[in-house]
Order: sequence, then C-alpha cells, then structure tokens
Amino acid sequence: MFKRQYLPILVTVGLFVLVFLAGSFRYTGFFSLQVLTNLLIDNAFLLIVAVGMTFVIVSGGIDLSVGSMVALTTMLSATLVEQQGWPPSVVIPLVLAFGCLYGFGMGAIIHYFNIQPFIVTLAGMFLARGLCYIISINTITINDSFYKDMAMTKIQLPGGSFVSISVIIALAVVLLALYLAHYTRFGRNTYAIGGSEQSALLMGLPVARTKMLVYAFSGFCSALGGVVFTFYMLSGYGLHAVGLELDAIAAVVIGGTLLTGGVGYVAGTFFGVLILGVIQTIINFEGTLSSWWTKIVIGVLLFLFIILQRVINVRASKMKVI
Amino acid sequence: MTEQNPILDMRGIHKRFTGVVALKDVKFRLFPGEVHALMGENGAGKSTLIKVLTGVHDINEGTVTMEGKQLAISSPLEAQEAGITTVYQEVNLCTNLSVAENIFIGREPRRFGRILWKEMNRRAEQLLAERLNVSIDVTLPLASYSVAVQQLVAIARALNISAKVLILDEPTSSLDANEVRELFTVMRKLKEQGLAILFVTHFLDQVYEISDRISILRGGEFVGEYLAAELPRIDLVLKMIGKDLHLLAELPKSGSKEESRNGEAFLQASSLGRKGAIEPYDLNIARGEIIGFAGLLGSGRTESARLLFGADRADAGELTVEGTGGKIDSPRQAIRQGIAFCSENRKTEGIIADLTVRENIVLALQASRGWFRTISRKRQDEIADEYIKALNINPKNPEQLIKNLSGGNQQKVLLARWLLMEPKLLILDEPTRGIDIGAKAEIQKLVLALSRKGMSVLFISSELEEVLRVSDRIAVLRDRHLVKMMTAEEMSHENVMKAIAGG
Ligand SMILES: Nc1ncnc2c1ncn2[C@@H]1O[C@H](COP(=O)(O)OP(=O)(O)OP(=O)(O)O)[C@@H](O)[C@H]1O
Ligand SMILES: [Mg+2]
Repeated sequence: MFKRQYLPILVTVGLFVLVFLAGSFRYTGFFSLQVLTNLLIDNAFLLIVAVGMTFVIVSGGIDLSVGSMVALTTMLSATLVEQQGWPPSVVIPLVLAFGCLYGFGMGAIIHYFNIQPFIVTLAGMFLARGLCYIISINTITINDSFYKDMAMTKIQLPGGSFVSISVIIALAVVLLALYLAHYTRFGRNTYAIGGSEQSALLMGLPVARTKMLVYAFSGFCSALGGVVFTFYMLSGYGLHAVGLELDAIAAVVIGGTLLTGGVGYVAGTFFGVLILGVIQTIINFEGTLSSWWTKIVIGVLLFLFIILQRVINVRASKMKVI
Repeated sequence: MTEQNPILDMRGIHKRFTGVVALKDVKFRLFPGEVHALMGENGAGKSTLIKVLTGVHDINEGTVTMEGKQLAISSPLEAQEAGITTVYQEVNLCTNLSVAENIFIGREPRRFGRILWKEMNRRAEQLLAERLNVSIDVTLPLASYSVAVQQLVAIARALNISAKVLILDEPTSSLDANEVRELFTVMRKLKEQGLAILFVTHFLDQVYEISDRISILRGGEFVGEYLAAELPRIDLVLKMIGKDLHLLAELPKSGSKEESRNGEAFLQASSLGRKGAIEPYDLNIARGEIIGFAGLLGSGRTESARLLFGADRADAGELTVEGTGGKIDSPRQAIRQGIAFCSENRKTEGIIADLTVRENIVLALQASRGWFRTISRKRQDEIADEYIKALNINPKNPEQLIKNLSGGNQQKVLLARWLLMEPKLLILDEPTRGIDIGAKAEIQKLVLALSRKGMSVLFISSELEEVLRVSDRIAVLRDRHLVKMMTAEEMSHENVMKAIAGG
C-alpha cells in the first residue's frame, strides 16, 4: 500500500533518476555503470558523514562539527602514521574511538546543560578545526603502504566497472544505519525524541542515553568519513573538508528528512548524496561551467525540497483520518 | 472491599514551584483492587501530585511507600519499572510515530534485538480492538488521528504495561459516551484483577459510576478521603470548592432565553461538504443564535466546523456570510468575516507555551489589528485582569508562563483569547474539556451572555447536558452526516440520544 509519508523519498529517488537520465541524453558516455560507481567513489566520505547527520537531525538536533572532525581525523591519522610511525591497525581504531568520544561529549553537554545543539556543535567545530593546526599547519602526506593499498585497490564489477574499498565501507554503513534506524530500539527512540522529547521522557524512554548515543554515532561516522577521506586524499590537512557539514545537511534535507526532527530516512540521505554527486558530475561533463554552479543548483534544490516538505506537511495535517 | 494494606502510600507531600506552592502536606493512599478518584478544581494540584509520584517533578518533602518499601523515583522510566504506569493529562505521545509504535515503544517485541514490526502491528490491532473496541489502521502516524483517538491510544499503551498501579489523569475528557463505557469496562476488569487505579476527572457522574473511594484536594491542600458510597454529590462539590455552589442553578434553561434576536441570518451553508470528511449539509445560523453540535467521536463535528472556518476547503456547496456569498477558503478570510475558531487541540493549535498568560490572551486580538497598531500595555493588563477574573483563571497572575498553568486553566486562557475578539460567529470545539464544574458554569454563562449581545455560537461538545443547556438548536451528526436539526421544542436528552444512535 502506498503511504503518503513516503512521498518525499520517492520524490528524491525520482529526481535522481531524472537528473541521471537528463545527463545521459545530453552527454555521450554519461550513461554507464562507471559514472554511477564514480559517484559513489567520489562521495563515499560524504555519504558516511551524512548518514550520521541523519540520525542527529531526526533526533531534532544538528551537528556542525562533522567537517572539522573529518579534517581532524585526517590530521591525526597522518601524524600518527607518518610522524610517530604507529601501525594503521592501531591508528584507525583509535581515531574512530576518538570520534565517538568527541560526539558523546558534545551530546552530554547538550543534554545535561540543556544547551542548543547548534551552539555546542559550533563550538565543537571550532575546537576540532583548531586542533588540526596544533598538530601542523601544513599538509602531511601519507606514504604508508596500507593507506596506499586502500586508495588504489579496485574491486572489479561485472561489466568492466569498479569500485573502491571506501565504497564498500560506505555501503556497509548505510546498511547498518538502515537497520539501526528501523529495527532497533535505539533507532526508534531517536525518532520518538525528534517527535517530542517531552513525550519520550513521559513514555519512559531513555532520552539522555539516546541523545548522547546519537551524537556519538555522528562522531563515529565523521571519524570514519575522515578515515575514508584519508584513503581518498592520502594526506592530512587542516583545510580538508571545509564546509562539509553543510553539504551533509543539504544531502539529508534533500533526502526528505525534516529539519524539525522526527521524520527522516537513511535511504533518502543515500539518494540525497547521489543527487549532489550527479549534479557535480554533470557540471564536470559540461566542461565550461565553473564548479560553483554546483552550489547554485544545490541552493535551488534545497529551496524546492523545503517547500515540498512544507506542502506535504500542511496537507497531511489536514488529512485527519478520524 | 476489605481494609488491607495500601499498595501505595504518600505522606506529607510538599511541592513548591517558583512562586507557587502546588502541594502542601498532601497525603494519598491507594489500595489494590480499587478505583480511587482524585478530585479538585482546576489548579488544585491533582496533576502535580501525579507528576511528583511518577518522577516528572521531584518532591520537596514527604515520603512515598509502595508495598511497604520506601520509593525514590526520579524519572518516569523508574516509575514504570516500579510498576506504576500513567496516562498524563495532556496526551503525551509522539505523533510522528505510528499508532502501533506509540503503544509499544520501549517494549517492542524483539528477536535478537531486532524489532518485529509485523508482530507489533498485529498486537496493537488486537489490543485496540479487544480492549477498547477501536479498529483503526495502526501503521499510520498518530498525527493522522483526532485527539480522542490519540487519547485512546495513550490508554492502550498504559493497559499494555503490566503494572500494579494505573494512573489516568482525565482520560475521558475528549471521549464520547461510548468510548467512556468501553474504558470503564476495561477498568472494572483490571480492578478485579487486583490493579489499583487512580482516576482524575471533572465529571461527577463518572466518579460515582466507577470509583470506590474519593480523595479531595483544594488549593494544594488535602481535604479528605471518603468512600464514594458515603459521600453525597453535593458534599463532594462543597468540599472541592469550599463554598456553596449555586452557579449551575442560576443558568437559564435552554429555550427559556428571551427572543432577543431578530432571526436575521448570519451564515448560510448549503450542501457544504468535503469528500471523506463530511457529507454535504445545510446549516443556517442566525445572529445571536447558539447551535449545538452533538454526535459521537468521528461523526464529523469538528470536520464540519473546519469547513465553515476555511481550515479545510469545501469541495461542494456554498457558504454565504451575511449575504456576501462565495466560499470561505482560508481561515484568514473567515477571520475577516468575523468568524473565530477555538480548537479542541490546545496543545498543538492553541497555546504558545513560552508566553505569559497575558500575551496568550491578547494574541489573536493583536494579530487582527496588525502588528503596527499595538495594544498598549495598560490595556493589555486590563484585559488580562478582566478575563482572569471572569473565568477564574488560577493563579491570578497575568505574568505567569502559560505552560506552568494546570490543564484546565490553560483551556480557560485559550477561551479568553477568542471571547475577547467578540467575533460575529464563535466556533467552540470542546471548550470545556478538562474544566471543573464551577468554571464550566461560568463559561456557559459567558457564552449565553455574549449570544444575547448578538454573537452567534457554534458549540461542539461531547457532553450532552452542556449542549442541551446552552443551545437554541442542535445539529446531530452521525457517520459524517448531519442527520437531524432539532429545534428548541424537540430538544431533549432522549431525542438527541436517539438521533445520535440512529433510532
Ligand atoms: N511547572 C510549574 N511551574 C509553576 N507552577 C506550576 C507548574 N506546574 C503546575 N503549577 C501550578 O501548580 C498548581 C497545580 O496545578 P495542577 O496541574 O496540579 O492542577 P490540576 O489539579 O491538575 O488542575 P486541572 O484540573 O486544571 O488539570 C497550579 O496553580 C499550577 O499553576
Ligand atoms: Mg491536571
């Protein structure tokens, strides 16, 4: 049965298909599996970060620290591996744990001091970005063989196309998040808190724990996004991923998640990221257009989606069943 | 009922909020297998007592013992774990989640940590159908249902938790007679199984129908505990308000209203309807006339009123206002024509929680004047004082934040907002929901007085007595049809009941 609450996500999927087909008609060589897989390869880190962001936004919050966290992760990884000579098998779990803890800390401050997530994560954003420069103000190039292998390895797909290991990681994160969101108490409690924190509390749900875990999960995702970004860039640098938090938020919103919380879809975020990616690809194919056109198109899309959500919402509230 | 040991015993409870003492040395006992009614006026402290018991607020002083053991509950979660489940006064559910989830969240059926959705939906359907006789699609978000259904879902959630103590804070305020009957059947069954039930309501009939024992609060103080069978109604009322009550007797009976109006039509709806909401209906409202809407939950009362206000767009028929004609298709237009709508859903469509009582009262008036012609602060204070007095809003402080008021007092503020507008047609949807008997009579008097001044009123209420008392004519709705328009001569309890039932 068709449920009207799935409308936003159908629109997102439809839009992606449309843009992709439009590109295919306009440019030769666009309609191929490799263009599709390249979308994933180039946006794997964004996808991972946006998945974490989806949970935060569904819970009614926001996490502005994700971009800085990605940068800090590349920086930490680079310095530990290159300058301290630690093995990647130690460094990667360490940075992931650090991301979790960082998020968890912000979540605890948000909950226990009852401060707006915007402010707390804004502070978290500055702090993480600042820490990058304490480590170094320069780029640290990574020559470690493990990182190089991760960057170079191509997994062949039938039909001659390939994906990178990062894509596998990102898809695994999406599947995990889908499961978390829809089949676990943690996920459902997140939706409940986004719907009404007061009600969730009165219903006896573990609000404090869930909120902190949501930010911890986002912290984890941004650290993992940072690891994947390190594979992609093979360097650590304080200016990596500037403004990534905004791309992530845009992807989440285009994916049909309401900024007011309570309603949202991991699957939507997946297509939200793909839409951002495909627009970028088209502009690359066009060749003559400046890449700032991506921003313009994203801006317009965001407007349209927010208006669409508004319309659906207003409609829904008028469609009482009894 | 034998005198056993109480399962729950609260003693010497004090609760202070900044500036207000909400509970002063209150005691309360609850025995297994009884329904215990907690009575008191709006603002007496009933909900506060429940909230300190269930850990929403902490207690300043006093002890709570359950089954002989002292309890220190600091969150609703701990209360649930201790065996106390609560339906709070304001429906507290997550309307973005499905009906089934609202019933089960926190206790979803799971296998290896994985939520079993099919199982959950099946159980929710079964629970609603068997216990409360409601059959709805449990996979839709709760937001798609009315307040009444939401209240039933909240009750279903509480019933599903196997507990020793069940607390129901005004669970019946938006239910119709049938729903209340279903609920009482369930409550009796639970009582037989040894559950202790705390029940809050402002309906005296319901108190005497279901409860074994009554405790009374007045102004935050404990008045006494009585066996229901030994406490005459009049004494109960007396103890609640602390003085004699002639208010209800003073009300002019319906039909006895002097013919002050000239019968000039204000609004005419002909075959107005909307698919899926209400079948086309005809309705004329004269100046100064009070039309009552009676019918069961889901019969289309609110829906038909929303069409008149333009909150939903009619897809058939015509609406003429004072002969100007044409459709009203937005609330803005309706307001400009002098129509006001006081919604039943005060939490989401009514109050603005973080504004003061004064600000909430003048809100609509200010909006109608446009934001550049502000109402002077002095005038605002006058207005606030006037309505605080007229409706007996407690505490009598216009600068209190409205979210800190008791449920009934919030409702009064909302009502004041619309009464102040002195619209030409006032649509009141369940205006006395959760309001104590004294204030209820005040509101009815006020509505009658305004209608005598020429204001037309559309009065929707689940409480038949009230509709009969204030209305000049009654429209009876059934299954989304306006089935009968009754004149003053035809109006009687029996006739309306018959029409509602479809006899
Ligand atoms: N958070 C709060 N801050 C300040 N005052 C409060 C707060 N909560 C309740 N009060 C005050 O405590 C008193 C008791 O309120 P309570 O909600 O317990 O009344 P009630 O008996 O449940 O009334 P009703 O029948 O209207 O529901 C009221 O005067 C109210 O204004
Ligand atoms: Mg109350």
